[in-house]
Amino acid sequence: MFHNNHGTRRSTAAARSSASGGLEGGGVGSPAASSASDGSSFRPSASTFWLLLHGLCCLISLFLGFRFSRLIFVLLFSNTIYTYTTTTTTTITSTRTETLTVSFPLTHTPPIETAVKPNNSAIELSDKMSNQGSSHSQVVVGRHGIRIRPWPHPDPTEVMRAHRIIERVQQEQRKWYGVKSPRPLIVITPTYARTFQALHLTGLIHCLRNVPYPVTWIVVEAGGVTNETASLLARSRVQFLHIPFHEKMPVEWAERHLTENRMRLHGLRVIRERNMDGIVLFADDSNVHSLDLFDEIQKVQWMGSVSVGILAHSGGPDRTLLTEDEKLNPPIPVQGPACNSSGHLIGWHTFNSIPYSEKSATFVGESATVLPGKMEWSGFVFNARMIWKEAEEGRPEWVKDLDKIGENGEEIESPLALVNDASFVEPLGDCGKKVMLWWMRVEARADSKFPPGWIIDPPLEIVVPSKRTPWQETDDLAGSKLEQDDRRFTRPKSRSSSKRKNTLPGQDN
Amino acid sequence: MGSEIWIVALLLSQALILPIAQAAEPHTERISGSAGDVLEDDPVGRLKVFVYNLPRKYNKKMVDKDSRCLTHMFATEIFMHRFLLSSAVRTLDPEEADWFYTPVYTTCDLTPGGHPLPFKSPRIMRSAIQYVAMNWPYWNRTDGADHFFVTPHDFGACFHYQEETAIQRGILHLLKRATLVQTFGQRNHVCLKEGSITVPPYAPPQKMQAHLVSPSTPRSIFVYFRGLFYDVNNDPEGGYYARGARASVWENFKSNPLFDISTDHPPTYYEDMQRSVFCLCPLGWAPWSPRLVEAVVFGCIPVIIADDIVLPFADAIPWEEIAVFVAEKDVPSLDTILTSIPAEVILRKQRLLANPSMKQAMLFPQPAQAGDAFHQILNGLARKLPHDKSVYLKPGEKVLNWTAGPIGDLKPW
Repeated sequence: MFHNNHGTRRSTAAARSSASGGLEGGGVGSPAASSASDGSSFRPSASTFWLLLHGLCCLISLFLGFRFSRLIFVLLFSNTIYTYTTTTTTTITSTRTETLTVSFPLTHTPPIETAVKPNNSAIELSDKMSNQGSSHSQVVVGRHGIRIRPWPHPDPTEVMRAHRIIERVQQEQRKWYGVKSPRPLIVITPTYARTFQALHLTGLIHCLRNVPYPVTWIVVEAGGVTNETASLLARSRVQFLHIPFHEKMPVEWAERHLTENRMRLHGLRVIRERNMDGIVLFADDSNVHSLDLFDEIQKVQWMGSVSVGILAHSGGPDRTLLTEDEKLNPPIPVQGPACNSSGHLIGWHTFNSIPYSEKSATFVGESATVLPGKMEWSGFVFNARMIWKEAEEGRPEWVKDLDKIGENGEEIESPLALVNDASFVEPLGDCGKKVMLWWMRVEARADSKFPPGWIIDPPLEIVVPSKRTPWQETDDLAGSKLEQDDRRFTRPKSRSSSKRKNTLPGQDN
Repeated sequence: MGSEIWIVALLLSQALILPIAQAAEPHTERISGSAGDVLEDDPVGRLKVFVYNLPRKYNKKMVDKDSRCLTHMFATEIFMHRFLLSSAVRTLDPEEADWFYTPVYTTCDLTPGGHPLPFKSPRIMRSAIQYVAMNWPYWNRTDGADHFFVTPHDFGACFHYQEETAIQRGILHLLKRATLVQTFGQRNHVCLKEGSITVPPYAPPQKMQAHLVSPSTPRSIFVYFRGLFYDVNNDPEGGYYARGARASVWENFKSNPLFDISTDHPPTYYEDMQRSVFCLCPLGWAPWSPRLVEAVVFGCIPVIIADDIVLPFADAIPWEEIAVFVAEKDVPSLDTILTSIPAEVILRKQRLLANPSMKQAMLFPQPAQAGDAFHQILNGLARKLPHDKSVYLKPGEKVLNWTAGPIGDLKPW
């Protein structure tokens, strides 16, 4: 296979065949030259005449380009070419064929059809073999048209078919190379109705729908069951349990963390009551998960821990809190298991909140950095049998009974409170080196308004610009002029004109 | 009465044989081509090869002059020589040899850019054959019919990179009776003679093994291709390069999200091939390409867009069952063709590709391993044995014309 021919080599090839105009016409030049010589062999008496004509055409083509010279040769020599069959092909447009089977090309002659591209004719050399009588060589050397179908865009049914093929291929891959006996997942998510709930929950829904294992989703909602959450879950096509929780979600972050912990425990009690089987995973609705996570947690025996990347950010303008060499190697804060060189759990990496101690957010929606808790629940997974009432065979003694937790009203900070001995926790994800989920808290102010279901119904009749929106002339609805004027911001004029525009529909009404 | 017993016995025996035949590993499948289940044959003991000892100027000196010959896609000729020197099929006694090998490197004259110049190759080959004919009697005994040569260049022994010139030159006349081992293969083409053995181009095996990812990585790209669509340096008009097929692929599918095609070569090229279901292998200036080898090694189903192409080891590997062939005129409906292949067929092709002997047959590892391309070449040569009686010339009979061919070829080298 031949990628980068040197231009020089082709020009030497062209130089070796007699020059008949142009530098690049190597391939086409030679038949024209040999046809010239053929022409001369058939009319020996007029050889000098043809030679002169040939020279003249060379000169013309040098000035006008080899396309012209080639055209001249076609017109002059087409009747004297006996040894080479000439066929003209033009670029063809073929309507999309319905052939579904592919096969070796049968004998066909290059078709002559309507042209699309402006260049029209080409001379083609047929194979020498066809001259020697061998039958089926229909692959011709020379210039071919570039076939473009009239609507070169994807067809949605075909795209869907391709996605089904890909799905089937991946299913087969999982069967041979993936987890051997996958266990179902139980995902616990604390949530409450607020401005960004739809944003976060939709992301989580899409993630759970792509998980290749059976998922049961326990959604614990603070403040009781609401219509917003219920409608989101109803459209989710994930098997879910919508559990109400009697407290409302507090506005302060510290309180919110504790309430969420209580909500998670409540979810665990549901699992315990119903004796649900599988792997328990805590997915906060604002976290971001990678699909690798769900494959990795299948490895857990009793209780495992994964690394959580912490994306703490400040809602306000970016303030650089990094030192010089932190800027060179920015540390990505990760919460998770720490191992020694032989792969055993020796401790935990936690989020260093000291740099943020002055500037952390205290209530939801404050424009300051939101800090995670000491030990995020989402970094822990465990076998559902661990919290069942009956002492299963194999349930380790280092697990506390769920009923005894929270009995005396103490607050549960981290899931490590569920176990007596934290050293039995299994580190997952290459001993915590692989980060497969990220913690983020992005929330609007607690008192922000949003339309229920994010739908404006009925549509607004009068549109009033907000304080900082530049309002353009809306006479010319074609829009192209608008795009050109887009960048220009003429404030007083626009405001007055918009005021006038706004009164017009009102007057019409 | 007797016939019924026969029928019952036949059915029983079939019922027993079928499950045994399917006892192979379920996520791969055995490969058997038109010559039978021959991929894993061992050539040792089935043939004997005598390697001529040519002067250094024909082989070693060329490699010493430019060591890039060892890594480019035409390095097959050099590695075949080295393999044969230390192989168990080699014999030092030419009287008992079935095949004679002439180690002449005709694709090692490189430009500064690394491309082989074929202009001296006919003279080099001719000079090597003259040396062999003068110093050993075996060439004249058969006029070369039991000799084989490795000619891995673009159009094989036509010794030119440009197809029209290659066709006009034809195969070097002196090689008329010899067996050619070449990468080029196209049916009804001057430059592929009857009885040639088509081999894959050389692709460095270690480089490919270094980029393997876990087979559980889900294949999420539908069609993948990286390479030129238009060759503006050598084909500024368009329409010559790839007979317009590559340009057609670009124009029809550049906006199709299922087709991950571009000219940009990313560093994750090999990893991306392992995440794709189909890999396009369209023709370029010649119909063959190393993409086929890469696709097979990485388990991506090759989509061959090259009319009448003859793929490597076509008698040992049933390519129609493994690859997808698309006629050049059908390129505009490539998406329809590929999406209408039933999923079971695709899974079967992937199973065939997952067969390790398939991958091994496409590679030239150093040192040679069982079932690799070197052994497939020897198997191919062994399948051509025994030589027909007619290859041995009667005394005084001459078939080759030593002065045939373009005058430039006759200049001594």
